[in-house]
Amino acid sequence: MAVIFQKTRGLTDVPTHYCPGCTHGIIHRLVAECLEELGVLDDAIGVAPVGCSVMAYKYFNCDMHEAAHGRAPAVATGIKRVRPDNFVFTYQGDGDLASIGTAEIVHAAHRGEKISTIFVNNAIYGMTGGQMAPTTLVGQKTTTSPYGRDKETQGSPIRMSELLATIEGAAFVERVAVDTPANIRKAKKAIKECFQVQIDRKGFGIVEVLSTCPTNWGLTPPEALKWLEKNMIPYYPLGNFRRPEEVK
Amino acid sequence: MSKVLMKGNEAVGAAAIAAGCRYFFGYPITPQSEVPEYLSRELPKVGGVFVQAESEVAAINMVYGAAGAGGRVLTSSSSPGIALKQEGISYLAGAELPCVIVDMMRGGPGLGSIQPSQTDYFLATRGGGNGDYRLLVLAPSDVQELVDLIMLGFDLADEYRNPVMILGDGMIGQMMEPVEFKEDLKREAPEKPWATTGTKGARKPNIINSLYLEAELLEEHNHHLQAKYEKMRQKEVRVETYNIEDADLVFAAYGTTARIVKTAIAKLEEEGHKVGLIRPITLFPYPYDAFKNINPNCKGVLTVEMNAGQMLDDVKIAVEGKIPTHFYGRTGGMVPGPAEIADKAREILGGGR
Repeated sequence: MAVIFQKTRGLTDVPTHYCPGCTHGIIHRLVAECLEELGVLDDAIGVAPVGCSVMAYKYFNCDMHEAAHGRAPAVATGIKRVRPDNFVFTYQGDGDLASIGTAEIVHAAHRGEKISTIFVNNAIYGMTGGQMAPTTLVGQKTTTSPYGRDKETQGSPIRMSELLATIEGAAFVERVAVDTPANIRKAKKAIKECFQVQIDRKGFGIVEVLSTCPTNWGLTPPEALKWLEKNMIPYYPLGNFRRPEEVK
Repeated sequence: MSKVLMKGNEAVGAAAIAAGCRYFFGYPITPQSEVPEYLSRELPKVGGVFVQAESEVAAINMVYGAAGAGGRVLTSSSSPGIALKQEGISYLAGAELPCVIVDMMRGGPGLGSIQPSQTDYFLATRGGGNGDYRLLVLAPSDVQELVDLIMLGFDLADEYRNPVMILGDGMIGQMMEPVEFKEDLKREAPEKPWATTGTKGARKPNIINSLYLEAELLEEHNHHLQAKYEKMRQKEVRVETYNIEDADLVFAAYGTTARIVKTAIAKLEEEGHKVGLIRPITLFPYPYDAFKNINPNCKGVLTVEMNAGQMLDDVKIAVEGKIPTHFYGRTGGMVPGPAEIADKAREILGGGR
């Protein structure tokens, strides 16, 4: 019998710990499929963050490092400099990348490290129980912004893709969302192009993926997808911010 | 091989390259900046990689990545920078990754000074970061020993899968002395089947990690680490002793300070005093047993350090209250002279001039 669909070899065969309706599962699958389809899975070395995806090292079917909070781009730098012929990626959340790890991501991009970063932005700290993230929207209630994020005292949410797109060494920067089947297909396309940039040794690449957190947003999974579309996409516009000249 | 005149910090770089180290990640800080300067010049010549990181925090995490991927890797800094590296050092120890970390200590606390000091003894020998862990800590007292211990350090790091710290000070880093590279320049690092190299589809994924969410498993991991540290205590103690069996006073000192103490000893001996020295070369594991050979009737052990009394705690543990302990220290980057050390010794010995 002809096989018309099977699970990607890029994921291990274990149940994940993610909450029902969380979009990490979709993003894991997209990353794993891209690794397999581009033929780099067996040469891949991934770096997991601290946050909800802390145990990603159990889920990707390739060599993995578990990094300290925010330091994944520095860890990936060390790996890539020792193993320039291997494919090296980081998988990080918004607390990890946009708060405690801002120096590491900015300078990895600045050096043009030949690594790829998957940046999952769900506008909240999930693992620690729903605290305010640098990406939390103005007015959004979290356990550390119980009256809603106040722009005057807590600042505006940080747009990492726009920030990183100003950096010369960042060869590929794109923001996508995984709220609809169409957007999921676009997200996969972006991840694949980003990975190809590393394979072609053109520099640093990042895909920011707008994601949901039904548990800590206090919404059902379908409501969370709607919330993402209505609130996050207007503030975090989707699209490509940077790609190598010749593929434009 | 003939002797060459080298500054301590440059000798660190040369010894690392001779030991097969090809990766350096660091950040500038006085008084060790000649280490990154030398390696930025020399590593590319041997196909190595030099990266000036954005911070000490990033540098040590690059070491974590490089060591996990199987590289023979070095980082260096000085006290405030070493404090910043503690997060990564704890992770390296937890994930059992080999690397060499050089600390050319300067005065503290805080930003302190840029002059020589030994204020990081506690930090180096007690772990420094979070969790129960130990580093192998080697304390050279001249540039030749610095070279020898760097080379030994890489081998010990690989053998034990553990970070090794070379605890020097601003004096050793900055002074020039003739050195000889005794080891074969073509040394190869051992096989590292645990390293992340890509599975090639031929084995299960290798995972570099210090996270154990189940308490039972983390305790088991801690037992494994402690057994490893016990093995270090049994096998890796290095110490120089001089005349401790019939001395009336025994000095305890390491690094630069031990060298100054030797000058004080020569002076005291000229005057007819019987004095000895215990110079720990490994600060962890500490040479506690050496103190058992001290003349039981001696007037005391005089610990001399460039701090307010840190190794003194280990000396007290070693003598188990059986011999009086004394301390002489200078802080803030002040280096004790032989005359003031000899004065302190005469005070204890009595009948001095």
